[in-house]
Amino acid sequence: MEAILMYLKVFAVGGLICAIAELIMIKTKITPARILVLFLMIGAVLGGFNLWTYVIQWAGAGATLPIIGFGSSLAKGAIEGATSNGFFGALGGGLAATSAGIAVSIGLSYLICFFTNSHTKKN
Amino acid sequence: MNKQQRNSEYLMYVENQSPKSAWFTSLLRAFIMGGTICCFGQMIGDVIKSFFPTMDILTVGAWVNISVITLTILLTAFGVFDLLAKYGGAGTFIPISGFANSIASCAIEYKKEGLVFGVGAKMFYVAGPVLVNGVAYSMIVGIIYFIISLF
Repeated sequence: MEAILMYLKVFAVGGLICAIAELIMIKTKITPARILVLFLMIGAVLGGFNLWTYVIQWAGAGATLPIIGFGSSLAKGAIEGATSNGFFGALGGGLAATSAGIAVSIGLSYLICFFTNSHTKKN
Repeated sequence: MNKQQRNSEYLMYVENQSPKSAWFTSLLRAFIMGGTICCFGQMIGDVIKSFFPTMDILTVGAWVNISVITLTILLTAFGVFDLLAKYGGAGTFIPISGFANSIASCAIEYKKEGLVFGVGAKMFYVAGPVLVNGVAYSMIVGIIYFIISLF
């Protein structure tokens, strides 16, 4: 029962964040890339004040997977770096916390482009 | 007819001709797609936690991110993700899958222009702004926190 409730919370929070983005996109005609940057900024602010942690504890992947979670882990990584490694930790901590995801995205995309061709030309 | 009047009339013409998207339907689709992707991530996290019960919540989160990114890139390579993106709108690009998809699809798209200035440079056409802003904000937060912690 508790597991089902958790999944409902994940679905509600993740879906709500995406629906807000869609609403902004429809009403103001802002391009997707700008919305990504906007949500990243919101996430960095929320992560900097350590507020998004509470949402993550409440809704799990519904809060970590959207780009707000990416922004908040960048900010939290910088704070953790500053406390453990001083000034250089403050500069590099954000990238260190998210480096695995970024590296996998770039590396795997680079590898995969050798094996595939563009799909858009076909239709 | 002066230029300004012609421009405004043309804009009205475009407004009339462009399809009226049913915005409530696309909101619902974004909600469903976003929720589904996040539930899928939560499921991966639960499976990992059942195998490694001692793993802390941040490491599980990193594994979930990597799994979703890998799956997105594979789906993009097979051309399936485009269909999902057409259905889900913001529901597919606000989760981390959108970030991965933007890199992978640009890499595949610009392969023809060569490996250095094609793939290497244009891979970051959408993801670049996200990375640049993200790194800049995290540096600002880190430096502010460092200065506060000095006192």
